[in-house]
Amino acid sequence: MSAQVAPPPSGPVPYPPQVSLQLLADMLRIRRLEEKCAELYSAGKIRGFLHLYIGEEAVAAGAMRALAPEDNVVATYREHGQALLRGVSMAKIMAEMYGKREGCSGGRGGSMHLFDAATRFYGGNAIVGGGLPLAVGMGLATKLKREKRVTACFFGDGAVAEGVFHESMNLAQLWRLPVVFFCENNLYAMGTAIERYESQTDLCLKAAAFGMATMKVDGMDVVAVHDAAAKARKHALEAPVFVEFQTYRFRAHSMFDPELYRDKKEIEAWKTRGPIHTFSARLKAQGDLKEEQFLEMDAAVMREVDQAVEFAEAGTWEPVEELTRHVYAP
Amino acid sequence: MMVTYREALRMGLREALAGDERVFLMGEDVGKYGGTYAVSKGMLEEFGPERVRDTPLSELAFVGAGVGAALAGLRPIVEVMTVNFSLLALDQIVNNAALLRHMSGGQLSVPLVVRMATGAGRQLAAQHSHSLEGWYAHIPGVKIVAQGTIEDARGMLAAALKDPDPVLVFEYPALYDVKGELGEGAVDIASSKVRRAGNKVTLVTYGGCVPKCLKAAEEIDGDVIDLRVLRPLDMAPVLESVRKTRRAVVVDEGWKSGGLAAEIMARIMEEGFYDLDAPVARVCSEEVPVPYAAHLEQAALPQPEKIVAAAKGLFG
Repeated sequence: MSAQVAPPPSGPVPYPPQVSLQLLADMLRIRRLEEKCAELYSAGKIRGFLHLYIGEEAVAAGAMRALAPEDNVVATYREHGQALLRGVSMAKIMAEMYGKREGCSGGRGGSMHLFDAATRFYGGNAIVGGGLPLAVGMGLATKLKREKRVTACFFGDGAVAEGVFHESMNLAQLWRLPVVFFCENNLYAMGTAIERYESQTDLCLKAAAFGMATMKVDGMDVVAVHDAAAKARKHALEAPVFVEFQTYRFRAHSMFDPELYRDKKEIEAWKTRGPIHTFSARLKAQGDLKEEQFLEMDAAVMREVDQAVEFAEAGTWEPVEELTRHVYAP
Repeated sequence: MMVTYREALRMGLREALAGDERVFLMGEDVGKYGGTYAVSKGMLEEFGPERVRDTPLSELAFVGAGVGAALAGLRPIVEVMTVNFSLLALDQIVNNAALLRHMSGGQLSVPLVVRMATGAGRQLAAQHSHSLEGWYAHIPGVKIVAQGTIEDARGMLAAALKDPDPVLVFEYPALYDVKGELGEGAVDIASSKVRRAGNKVTLVTYGGCVPKCLKAAEEIDGDVIDLRVLRPLDMAPVLESVRKTRRAVVVDEGWKSGGLAAEIMARIMEEGFYDLDAPVARVCSEEVPVPYAAHLEQAALPQPEKIVAAAKGLFG
């Protein structure tokens, strides 16, 4: 597999600079937030399972920026990036990972269960494939209520092997529901490579079998992702669509993962396609970005990260007397 | 020999694969990854991909395939990553594995072993931390065992594989790094066992709460009974202990309402009512999904202090 890594994304970026710089900043915010999370995990500030998105940022940035505020978002346990770009503050995300009551789920959820009803961000689901039928139901509600919004459902390649994926695809297409299925294919279901668990590794064919429209996209290229996601959203207002983003995670599956199942050379090869450095190089090449600008942007992001950590540190522990809250409506 | 609970599990798995050609292991990331909790580390290298099989994320299919392979004469060990994920396979466990012998009028046998991790204590939040053993213990046709000691972590698998019926073997991630002396010899999957002899109160428990009860028992002179087998229950050692102590506390990491602790209490009432000097008490998890934050998670679970308090409460 390592031999077959495509050349880095290249070519002109067809957006006005403010759009491009926004996408770059989005990716950088996710990257710096998560680098800090890894550090804090080692320091014992964040516990439980922590799944980093590092390497896959172009997918969240390109796709989330193609959505409208009225849309619904359903994500997985590797959802820090989607939550952040949906508008959940970095501070509230960090506080959640600390388990503080100021976190976006009040400290009840942690890294895998970020929620924010105000921005229609429906989690943070740690059962592989668990979000797919939820998205179908949200799409059904949109249709029945004659509303105009789409539901964006993120899931990994591993979820495609689950029965519920196939059942959800069928229902969505049968009822022509406004759902965008964003498959983040990072080639591994935890530690099992896709060719070791899928008889058919072309994932688009699976959705096509239900008669659904499909798109296969370079998930390391934020331009390709953004264009595809915008098209997909438009399409989904009429009928569901399956978008496969081909991407790669640079870090381990979780902080518990010793990465015995893949070659370091493969990771290095994919890093040449890293979404942030390739995109900033393209912007520089066409004069839309100067190195000083990048450094300024990075410094601003680092300040945001530092402030998020300060916010989380200053946060409070929910009193134990409140343990049994949030089980039923008050 | 001093080993960790995790090492004991690995030894049991190794012995099972080495001892019987019909045995194979399958599940998510059991092979190349080395097991989600590193229990099956080294098995793929030692036994090869035919007998240590990584599966797609498709619990219903691979647990069902385990049922089929067992029907066809093999001795599959199916690993489901956590009990929460086993809910995706519930149909095959409850409607096939548990029923085929009965529905076929005794013609078929399903000698299937399903291993899974259960319980809280590692801040893995609500979708990875629940104790659903009690649900499975409701179902006739399956046997349910809980590995609460290092000895059982090693030995229960062999006993489960010898059983002609489906056995669900529960292991406790909270105990993986616990170190202790591993005794020689086989264990059964039929009996409850006294883990500590005491005189004042009977503590009935299983799985991840065994060490907590042993700790509490020091303070209250408790007799600790490890149920080990949650279905079918072996109540004899419990009733014998209650005859001696005349008081009992049931400790169960499952939720209180409709839980396994209620069943144990009912049995004590049915079979040992006149031996009691006080109503039977229980310590269970609080009626809340397990929260992520460490202090709330710990507050949600049975703890030695709560067990001590419940036991002292029986003395008026």
